[in-house]
Amino acid sequence: MPNNQSVLVIADHDGAHLRDTTNKTVTAAQGLGGDIDILVYGEGVAAVAAQAAKIAGVRKVLTAESAELKQDLAEAVSALVAGLAAGYDVVAVPASSAGKNFAPRVAALLDVSLLSDVIEVVDANTFVRPIYAGNALETVQTSEAKKVLTVRTTAFKAAADGGSAAIESTAAPAASAKVRYISEEKVVSDRPELGAAKIIVSGGRALGSAEEFQTVLDPLAAKLGAAVGASRAAVDAGYAPNDYQVGQTGKVVAPDLYIAIGISGAIQHLAGMKDSKVIVAINKDPEAPIFSVADYGLVGDYKTVLPELMKALG
Amino acid sequence: MKLLVPVKRVLDYNVKVRVKADQSGVDLANVKMSMNPFDEIAVEEATRLKEKGIATEVVAVSIGPAQARETVVTALTIGADRGILIQTDQDIEPLAVAKLLKAVIEQEQPDLVIMGKQAIDGDNNATGQMLATLLDWPQATFASKVVIENGEAQVTREVDGGLQTIGVKLPAVITTDLRLNEPRYASLPNIMKAKKKPLDVKTVADYGVDVTPRLTVVKVTEPAKRQAGIKVADAAELVANLKTAGVL
Repeated sequence: MPNNQSVLVIADHDGAHLRDTTNKTVTAAQGLGGDIDILVYGEGVAAVAAQAAKIAGVRKVLTAESAELKQDLAEAVSALVAGLAAGYDVVAVPASSAGKNFAPRVAALLDVSLLSDVIEVVDANTFVRPIYAGNALETVQTSEAKKVLTVRTTAFKAAADGGSAAIESTAAPAASAKVRYISEEKVVSDRPELGAAKIIVSGGRALGSAEEFQTVLDPLAAKLGAAVGASRAAVDAGYAPNDYQVGQTGKVVAPDLYIAIGISGAIQHLAGMKDSKVIVAINKDPEAPIFSVADYGLVGDYKTVLPELMKALG
Repeated sequence: MKLLVPVKRVLDYNVKVRVKADQSGVDLANVKMSMNPFDEIAVEEATRLKEKGIATEVVAVSIGPAQARETVVTALTIGADRGILIQTDQDIEPLAVAKLLKAVIEQEQPDLVIMGKQAIDGDNNATGQMLATLLDWPQATFASKVVIENGEAQVTREVDGGLQTIGVKLPAVITTDLRLNEPRYASLPNIMKAKKKPLDVKTVADYGVDVTPRLTVVKVTEPAKRQAGIKVADAAELVANLKTAGVL
């Protein structure tokens, strides 16, 4: 099948700003070679739609607004997307927690299989995706006429701006009576977002307490303009909030520089960070598995190493 | 209230994965297999709901080879009352698994399905959402807290940026995240008791579901290995190297 498949890309945004994961999903969609439209759903999304319309190579931006869409309720989002899918060959969704929540529903509504966490588009029907926590890569060919994929955005470069697509609004689906939004609790941070940060400073269980986690990592992150991450062990121990978690079951990141402090390097953690450009490991155990993936390893107690590192950074 | 808990037999999470030399897949011969860790959390949660008097019966179901019986028995050991094994040697894709589970649910009529958010082999994170869609039930994925009252499950979900709490009317599908609970270890008396609990063995044909694969695995390869790194003596040398590498 030729690469000229029309793609509906679902935008990822925070209500005011388009996330660059949307641009990265557009890049993945470009591998399919056809027209690319973007859907921006939520409430009060005009500003976000305007940002999406500027991405180079985008034909059209669709907006849909309702309270349920803003609350990211999967029932509403999947009904909307599956309805629009009639006009497209492919639906491409950034693999965020919201995307992972509704994309399989879209696939089930269309009675097609889901291609999850795509890291490479080989051709219109062939995709590469990681399995077994990234320890193997699976190349799969689909026989589905319509395709639904989630895109592992860290594997693609962000599509640049330079376009001026038309913006059209589309109707939101009726709300489901079976689900209601109750509340949300956002983690407030003045650091860059983990998924978008160029530098990440990450801590493990060795840090010993939530206070130590903050005291040790915050000044270094502030100095480097870095985001703060954590291993599962540190999150489980209550040293860091759960959305700091980097790994198979947390966030997958690929910054320019990843500094792992007091992290042993379990398989599930490596799955979330081993595509970082440069990895630094600081650990007092010279046998820690993290050293097998680190470009620069420093064996030593973080308590003595970090003050020296702060000094060396000037 | 009746609960259904789907469980999957997967390569144990501690085992280092080996890709076969002919690129046909991952080597699963003579390696330790276990219950998918997220499913263990699901069985534990169902068991706790039974201990609180909210659930009256917990049914564990697995789809897989003859050896997946062990996985069902593990669920019975944790606290499930009854098991179903749909025995097949075929590798069944998430959409077909969801269709098989839907057929089981039509027979069993549970009020709630609790299952893992993803299996650590295929890493798809899709079956629960697909099942909810096929049943036209509401879903609450990535659950870190579940409260059941007045015919509704109030579920706190782990989402990017924090936590979200939603209410889903029963019947519903809940998928578990890691922090929902800490699964218990099986005690010897419970292992003995589990052996006496009923376990029905079925076939895919019993449910009349088309499980023909929609995807063809072209090849399975090893990811690119990282270049071996260097050990530096101190922080100053580290910073100098990072500056040379252009990341500082």
